[in-house]
Amino acid sequence: MSVISLDELVARIADGALLGLPSDRRGVAMAATRALLRRRPRGLRLYNMPTGGMQTDLLIGAGAVAEIETSGVSLGEFGAAPRFARAVTSGSVVIRDATCPAIHAQLQAAEKGVPFLPIRGLIGSDVLTHRADWRVIDNPMADAGDPLVLLPAVTPDVALFHVALADRDGNVWVGRERDLVTLAHASRTTLATAEKIIDGSLYDDERLAAGALSNFYVSAVAEAKHGAWPLAQPGLYEDDADAIAAYASAAKSDEGFAGWLAEHVFASRQAAQ
Amino acid sequence: MSAYRPEELLIAVIARLLAGTRHVAMGVASPIPGSAALLARDQNGGLPRVSILGSPRHTFWSDGGKELFDCAAQGRIDAFFLSGAQIDGQANVNLVGIGDGYPQQKVRFSGSFGSAFLYFMVPRVILFRPDHDRRVLVRKVDFISAPGVSEPGVHRPGGPYALVTGKALFLFDRAKQRFRLESVHPGVSIDDIVANTGFDFDRPAQVPVTPAPDAATLALIRGPIGREIAEAYPQFAADILGIRTAA
Repeated sequence: MSVISLDELVARIADGALLGLPSDRRGVAMAATRALLRRRPRGLRLYNMPTGGMQTDLLIGAGAVAEIETSGVSLGEFGAAPRFARAVTSGSVVIRDATCPAIHAQLQAAEKGVPFLPIRGLIGSDVLTHRADWRVIDNPMADAGDPLVLLPAVTPDVALFHVALADRDGNVWVGRERDLVTLAHASRTTLATAEKIIDGSLYDDERLAAGALSNFYVSAVAEAKHGAWPLAQPGLYEDDADAIAAYASAAKSDEGFAGWLAEHVFASRQAAQ
Repeated sequence: MSAYRPEELLIAVIARLLAGTRHVAMGVASPIPGSAALLARDQNGGLPRVSILGSPRHTFWSDGGKELFDCAAQGRIDAFFLSGAQIDGQANVNLVGIGDGYPQQKVRFSGSFGSAFLYFMVPRVILFRPDHDRRVLVRKVDFISAPGVSEPGVHRPGGPYALVTGKALFLFDRAKQRFRLESVHPGVSIDDIVANTGFDFDRPAQVPVTPAPDAATLALIRGPIGREIAEAYPQFAADILGIRTAA
């Protein structure tokens, strides 16, 4: 059965899992994130594709995260990500700073089944200095010296995201959010929430099929109306600016964050979804 | 001379730096560079094409985030904007944090985003930071998100071109690996620049004053460009350019 409940979906995310997540407003499964937090996960390793925002800040603040690899975490126009910054400066979370195209390339290496991919840039940056897992080699195809950086393939245990549509076979429609495709191809398991589950197959309509991602990659789907709330979902709804601003303000203090969690995550299933 | 806002001066300054480009891209929180790119386009017969990340109307990409970086790697982006919590005299940019002991620094910012790649690939990277003080413009950054200069042999078609602040315009001399003060904005003294800049820089004996935007430029900024930029940055268009959009 590929269409399951939200609680069944998040039960498939084990403590310690390497969890691949899209950037804010690109299909973030916020309802699933709240459901996940209610089962109090521990030791998650986040892989931001390629940046993080409210979801990442929330997971870190709730104590669910041991490590994070990211190109940047911020709440955008709502300001800094306070729980993230606190966790990094205090050392409670291990951070692997990256740069956006490196995040892509590591997943693309996994997609292609190769151990690494080369990337330009990075040489001379402290991003590279602090990455023991990245290597500088001399381009073997060039006559003269041409250093470039090799990045290892990264295979997330689980990719988790939210989409506009899914069908009852568990195929999902991502439209032009192609980062979700890269994420799913690279990951061992993909879990998706969908705004709406439709009858029939996405593959019956050529226009929908072009933006479809098959149940070959997606292991399970749960319906979640307003599943990205309070974040925007591409093509469907905008940010709930008041709700995000309220989070940004609350998350500045330990007490404020705890209060936000109690109200929006743990208070009641109804309110949280 | 017409009265103008500081932001309008910066828009006009940056637009001049974009002359001759075919494709300019910028990140999400860049209303002044965004307006400047649209101004350059309107003043130069339709080029550059302007890609504003986060604005569906101003991005043509349909193949995910990687398409931007692939475009840059292929030389399909001529100019890009970077900022920094710190910028130093060798044009190193810090978007990560302040203080020693990375990662447990005193202050942590969001992260390096695409800078560690785009700074190498895009020929004309314009550093833009309205605050001009010794907190931002430092002798040496605490963390190099993206280096201003590279060793010989490192593939680097791109790099720093100019630094635009609220007080002045600097151009970067890649051979000398130093900034050169190009002009000071109206009402700003050289002493003010020296006092508020934490790194050494070159300057001509007579430093010109940055030209103020003329009436035609201001009319463009406050008219068609303001209306267009409002789609991506409604708050900026309303507060700074006086453009109101229907809710």
